[in-house]
Amino acid sequence: MAMNEQILFTMKDITKTFPGVIALNRAQLTLRKGEIHALMGENGAGKSTIIKCLTGVYERDSGEIRMEGVEGNVHNHSTQDAQKIGIATVYQEVNLCPNLSVAENLFIGREPRNKAGFIDWKAMIRLARETMEKLEITLDVTQTLENYSIAIQQMVAIARAVDMNCKALILDEPTSSLDDKEVAKLFRLMRSLKEKGVGILFVTHFLEQVYQVCDRITVMRNGQFVGEYPIEELPRLKLVGAMLGKDFNDLASIKPEGGLSIGEDVVVDAKGLSHKGTIKPFDFRIRKGEVVGVTGLLGSGRSEMVRCLYGADRAQTGTLEMEGKGLKATAPIDSIKAGMGFLPDDRKADGCIADLSVRENIILALQSRQGIFRTLPKAKQDELADQFIDLLQIKTASRETPLSQLSGGNQQKVILARWLCTHPDFLILDEPTRGIDIGTKTEFQKLVLKFAAEGMSVVFISSEIEEMLRTCSRMCVMRDGNKVGEIEGEMTQESVMGAIAGGDKE
Amino acid sequence: MSSLKRLVKKKLFLPIFCMILVLLINLLKSPTFFSIAINNGVLYGRLIDILNRGSEIAILAVGQTLVVAVSAGTDISVGSVMSLSGCFCCMLLAGYGVNSATTLAMPMIVGMLGGVLMGALCGAFNGALVAKLKIQPMVATLILFTAARAIGLLLCDNQITYIRYEPYKYLGNFLPGVPIPTPIFITIAVILVVSILLKKTALGMYIQAVGINGRAARISGINSDVICFVCYVICGVCAGIAGVVASSRIYSADSNNIGLNFELDAILAVALGGNSLAGGKFNLPGSIIGAYTIQAITTTLLAMGVSTDQAPVVKAIIVVIIVIVQAPTFKAWLETRSARRLAAETAGAGEEASE
Repeated sequence: MAMNEQILFTMKDITKTFPGVIALNRAQLTLRKGEIHALMGENGAGKSTIIKCLTGVYERDSGEIRMEGVEGNVHNHSTQDAQKIGIATVYQEVNLCPNLSVAENLFIGREPRNKAGFIDWKAMIRLARETMEKLEITLDVTQTLENYSIAIQQMVAIARAVDMNCKALILDEPTSSLDDKEVAKLFRLMRSLKEKGVGILFVTHFLEQVYQVCDRITVMRNGQFVGEYPIEELPRLKLVGAMLGKDFNDLASIKPEGGLSIGEDVVVDAKGLSHKGTIKPFDFRIRKGEVVGVTGLLGSGRSEMVRCLYGADRAQTGTLEMEGKGLKATAPIDSIKAGMGFLPDDRKADGCIADLSVRENIILALQSRQGIFRTLPKAKQDELADQFIDLLQIKTASRETPLSQLSGGNQQKVILARWLCTHPDFLILDEPTRGIDIGTKTEFQKLVLKFAAEGMSVVFISSEIEEMLRTCSRMCVMRDGNKVGEIEGEMTQESVMGAIAGGDKE
Repeated sequence: MSSLKRLVKKKLFLPIFCMILVLLINLLKSPTFFSIAINNGVLYGRLIDILNRGSEIAILAVGQTLVVAVSAGTDISVGSVMSLSGCFCCMLLAGYGVNSATTLAMPMIVGMLGGVLMGALCGAFNGALVAKLKIQPMVATLILFTAARAIGLLLCDNQITYIRYEPYKYLGNFLPGVPIPTPIFITIAVILVVSILLKKTALGMYIQAVGINGRAARISGINSDVICFVCYVICGVCAGIAGVVASSRIYSADSNNIGLNFELDAILAVALGGNSLAGGKFNLPGSIIGAYTIQAITTTLLAMGVSTDQAPVVKAIIVVIIVIVQAPTFKAWLETRSARRLAAETAGAGEEASE
């Protein structure tokens, strides 16, 4: 493939700070015409921040952006500004109006008008059809958008961007909620846009997909530019190494030799638990000091299973025993009192109390276990907060800083601290390392193993199988809201993937 | 400049600023505003009058603050509940159907507690609707906003029930031998009790946690529904106390006039106190200062000869300004404006330097 070398935009020495955190430190990014360019990095590497600086969601502190056809240093103050000079962004959550038709969504705000100044519906539908045909998307443009899948909705969003003469198209994790077929469709569209000379910046977490469509890769780490590589020069292992900032070998087993010392006592024993509409009846046992993973695709019921275990969603059938005693949790507080802890995967909706201080967020669960009338003395609260800020290296201006001012990874650490200070016997971690910088990620995994060694039982969920392989001694496999099996012993990436995908059941 | 900015960002800046503004205007209009005299053994003066008359609003504002914080909604029934509580108290004391009582049907304290209990009951009703049935606070409390006053009228057999028993007046006026109006003491007591409740238990933190993110609070072991319910009950109790005080002032149960439009003053006090009506973090001292500021405005307007019927116009203007100032879009607009100005300044400075 002949790569066009004409540069669309370059970003140089971009710096952006948030209170207490440097999100971008002299980062750079270059996009050329007619290429698909992957922007890779761990969560918290600064990918979304640099995009937001480009599209005007954030104002950068310093640095330079040059754009083809635009004079001087580009300063976008809003996404509209960015759109005017030809930069369009399509997010994972589609920013369209689901209750309007496809055609209306394509032309919203720039509807074709007839002479009287009214909307020319016929022209609009005709133009919409033409646009979609050009992009080889087959759909009925008069249908309401919500009748179509997320994938199609994303394509409509892309079509809208293309129709507005965008030169640079930014796709921010567009594939995370798509299935394989839909991804293939999206990739076809991306390739055809590339042929037309559009530069596409593709942000994703799926390594696989990068190698399927991309021409070039820019890797970022901790807010800094690591390097830009043609795809052929950066095989998978090197890419991961660049993202993580260390040789892959460093990441080898952190499990103690001879495996974990797992006790004999069963800590949690669940039989036939289920929650209507989300998870079908399942059994679950965990012993003292054991780390069990729960794996499966997004939406397979991983989170739903642990929510049911914890009592965040009340189980409608089945029984649960915690350390030999029956536990009928009507609300999370019952589970907390029995010695459970639960770090939910949706940090924003279920974890953060954004406007409360770091200290208050840390002591919240401990306080609620103590009961409302036994207030923790302020000195004790301060001590706990400082202790965990130190232990987990939480980057915050002070313990009284509102949680909302911390970066995602640090927020996650605060919520982990909330559970650690209750000293749970059984801790559920649902995607705990999402949004945590890589150094801490390993630290985090080590912590989990340390807790296990001290006798805590841990359920660990992660989208990255790699991570679970390194911490878990056993994995529950979920598919379509069903617990379909468990794997144990010698687990490899392939065996786990095989189990997730199904086929021949062992 | 920067110290001024820091001052402006302080939580209590807005309420105190408004208060000082109103007092200043008064001072300029009538220099005698701050004079306090003793007449017939009790204190007299505009300031005393504001503190005294503002008691009900201040008590209501305490409860309203918690309701706003926990549910991002307002309890608009408090004025009507005040009336109902006052009526219930008078009915208990006079006996049903008695128009004017000179002797009490039961001990005075029982009647008064009955009134407060009625407030609590109304609060519990509102709380159940909001916390358990998840009805919009405004809609849920609209029920008692409409009904409570009428129920009060029914309890008093469609007439104004007078309690012509001297000690009943103490609560809303003066205790014998004490120069300071009793409502001021009651307000202080209510504020103290609620503050202690918020400080000595974890209730204050729970309320904020639930108001900011109820789901996360629940996962962390807080029973969000119960906390929400409790706030409405506290708000009801406050309305009950305010109702009994208001009825004691006029030693009667005037169903149609007790607490009329007080819910608006209470909500305004909360907003004026720098509390976001979107819930979450709250600022109780702010609300209380806000309450007295409103009373100061009312007193000022009356002193200036504005009739009681027209005073709400001025209040409405104040509400509009506060709501706009608090609106996120307005704040964002201010921020971008100052950011742009800063950018322009630095760019200008840079150009100068390069030249």
